[in-house]
Amino acid sequence: MIDFFFLVPIAIGLGLVGLASFMWTLKNGQYDDLEGAAQRILFEGHDGPDCGDS
Amino acid sequence: MSCCAPGAEFPLTQADRSGEEILLASRTVRDGVRQTDLSVPEMHCGGCLRKVEAALGKLSNVRQARANLSSRRVTVLWSGDEAPPLLATLDALGYRAHLYDYDADSKDPTLSHLLRALAVAAFASSNIMLLSVSIWSGAESGTRDLFHWLSALIALPTLLYSGQVFFVSAWRSLRHGRTNMDVPISIGVALTFGLSLYETAQHGHYAYFDAAVSLLFFLLIGRTLDHMMRRRAQQAVHGLAKLSPHGALIERSDGTKTYLPLNEIEPGMTILLAARERVPVDARVASGSSTIDRSLVSGESAPEQAVEGTDLQAGTLNLTRPLRIVATAMAKDSFLAEMVRMMEAAENGRSSYRRIADRAARLYAPVVHATALLSFAGWMMATGDAHRAITVAIAVLIITCPCALGLAVPMVHVVAARRLFDKGIMIRDGSALERLAGVDTVIFDKTGTLTTGEAGLVTARDADDHARRVAGRIAVHSRHPYARALALAADSGVAFDSMSELAGLGLEARAGPVVYRLGRSDWAIADASSTRDETEAVVLSANGRRVAGFRIDERLRPGTHEAFSALSELGLRVAILSGDNATRVHDVAAGLGVTYVAGARPADKLRYIDEIKASGTCVLMVGDGLNDAPALAAADVSMAPATAADIGRNAADLVFLREGLDAVPRAIEISRRANALVRQNFGLAIAYNLVAIPVAVLGHVTPLVAAIAMSLSSVLVVANALRLDYAVQTGKQNAGFAGDRSPSRLLGTGSRQ
Repeated sequence: MIDFFFLVPIAIGLGLVGLASFMWTLKNGQYDDLEGAAQRILFEGHDGPDCGDS
Repeated sequence: MSCCAPGAEFPLTQADRSGEEILLASRTVRDGVRQTDLSVPEMHCGGCLRKVEAALGKLSNVRQARANLSSRRVTVLWSGDEAPPLLATLDALGYRAHLYDYDADSKDPTLSHLLRALAVAAFASSNIMLLSVSIWSGAESGTRDLFHWLSALIALPTLLYSGQVFFVSAWRSLRHGRTNMDVPISIGVALTFGLSLYETAQHGHYAYFDAAVSLLFFLLIGRTLDHMMRRRAQQAVHGLAKLSPHGALIERSDGTKTYLPLNEIEPGMTILLAARERVPVDARVASGSSTIDRSLVSGESAPEQAVEGTDLQAGTLNLTRPLRIVATAMAKDSFLAEMVRMMEAAENGRSSYRRIADRAARLYAPVVHATALLSFAGWMMATGDAHRAITVAIAVLIITCPCALGLAVPMVHVVAARRLFDKGIMIRDGSALERLAGVDTVIFDKTGTLTTGEAGLVTARDADDHARRVAGRIAVHSRHPYARALALAADSGVAFDSMSELAGLGLEARAGPVVYRLGRSDWAIADASSTRDETEAVVLSANGRRVAGFRIDERLRPGTHEAFSALSELGLRVAILSGDNATRVHDVAAGLGVTYVAGARPADKLRYIDEIKASGTCVLMVGDGLNDAPALAAADVSMAPATAADIGRNAADLVFLREGLDAVPRAIEISRRANALVRQNFGLAIAYNLVAIPVAVLGHVTPLVAAIAMSLSSVLVVANALRLDYAVQTGKQNAGFAGDRSPSRLLGTGSRQ
């Protein structure tokens, strides 16, 4: 058993990475316009998220 | 393409806004760059989004235009001293846009805080649950202690961060000597964590970190959904056209013209009021003559004549010609402000409604805490083992923690709000849904609520086809609402040599030797002895002799008759309460077969509502005008169409976006079903507790049992809430509302698909 304990911090670390990236997307305004995002993929042009001029 | 064609009509457009108003409403983001937020309710699809962004982005001093399809809004960043012609550009594309008050609800710190708290709780509960599973499957004591400590390490910051939402609310309510659902939650979570920490330090078998954290997780889901529902409704209502102007064009004594914001207009200033503009403050006409629509202010449906010296109330609409008016009051002393004051007074007088969840919490907390205390005492007496007794008492708190209760109400409300949203009805919050379900009397305003506010139906008396055509051709030349209604019958083939409009009287047209007059009967008919009919609004005459008379009726909203029969089927009393004159109200009321009160001023409406409420009935008020606003605030629950005056819309608990009046019975129906489900959910939660409490009191609860019981009850309650979708769909087939699927309805502003 004790040999596999190194997996525990890895698991928690991965979870933390996921949490951090969710926080980042939230702060970045990626959930502000879910409907619009679904439509924008159908068009060409600059379609990145609104990087906070506003 | 079809979905880009604007569907639902807001009759009052503000397309001719000057650049000054945009400048006034914009805010500076950084040096020289200003931001303007526009609401574009008709933006429906990706194509619309691209068109709007491309068109606005091409304007010379626009830096960036970004459209948001979810909230139907466009944010424009622009530079320079002059505002780009944003509204005109969108208007040319066929989208009606209006300025959006950025400050109203732009950034919502509560929602992002809730989402962050939810994310943290989700992370913590999943990780602790992973560790717990290995403990439950029989880890050796060394491993178990290590995992307990790890769990504690994850749980502590989670409690401090995500738990804040509940702790703060519980503390606030305790400080005011009340208790709400957050009090037992906070006590339960805090004690659970404390006990688990103690157990961990003592190398104990059982720690309840998973229970404490997953409890927070489940409850935060309910809390976040509840908040999102409210925000969505708020956004949709804020996005509607603002009907009171931001300011007005002032003419100074030296002839210069400036655009001033509303609160800087002082009595004595001369205001230039264009046609189709609303009067910004109480004022008197200085020169010019026009027709004034007072329907939104007093409920009178017939337009009135305004000449020099006529007093105008703030909020009335100038229909036909520009006027020069002199302000007689500041914005804060105007009619509008008076309505706001009456509304606030009415709101304060309204006995505060206690939500079902809060009422349940008042019973719930004492019962649970007493049970925990009793089981502690019982185990103390039976065994004398303090540690054992405390463990059991806390297990009771954990197992009864109102996890299901916290979800029982918000889940149902969220599902119901979604259903209402699909029908084009916005609801302010869950308590409105509960109050709506208890309604037994519905009171309608007439003008603008039962009727569309536009004169529509032309009934010709003794008029043949030719007379009708002539009248239509003449009427094309005027913007008076009666003329517009007549002009619908216009036909080519009749030519006139000259045409003139005489303010307050009518139109005069010459065709060779014949002089046609279309307008008031005493003006159009020279021969005084000929018969006159008071119900005729417009008369056509040729050379002073009567040719035909027209009666112009208001057009009822579509589905009004169906809505009224549906309401009486639901067992509700219906009445009309209008500020219009008795004849007109009588016509409408008789057609619908309901009782009415006519000629009611705002204070009368307020008194009427209070009297009905005093007799113990629960009143739903449906109204749109400024004069309805106090009554809307006083009623138990209120509803307004999207075309209502701003303050009426803000006072209303529900706003319906589509034209049809079937929204009213449908909203009541959905709210009743939702209420039934809420009660069922409470029943389920109580049944769960009846089973779980004895198990806990007898000391059989392990962390595994607690985790299973809590998740099961939550899932059960959520599944039951989702039944609303099904229940309403089948219910609708039975009720059989006609016309719901007509294409224009599906394209309406409120429609989402």
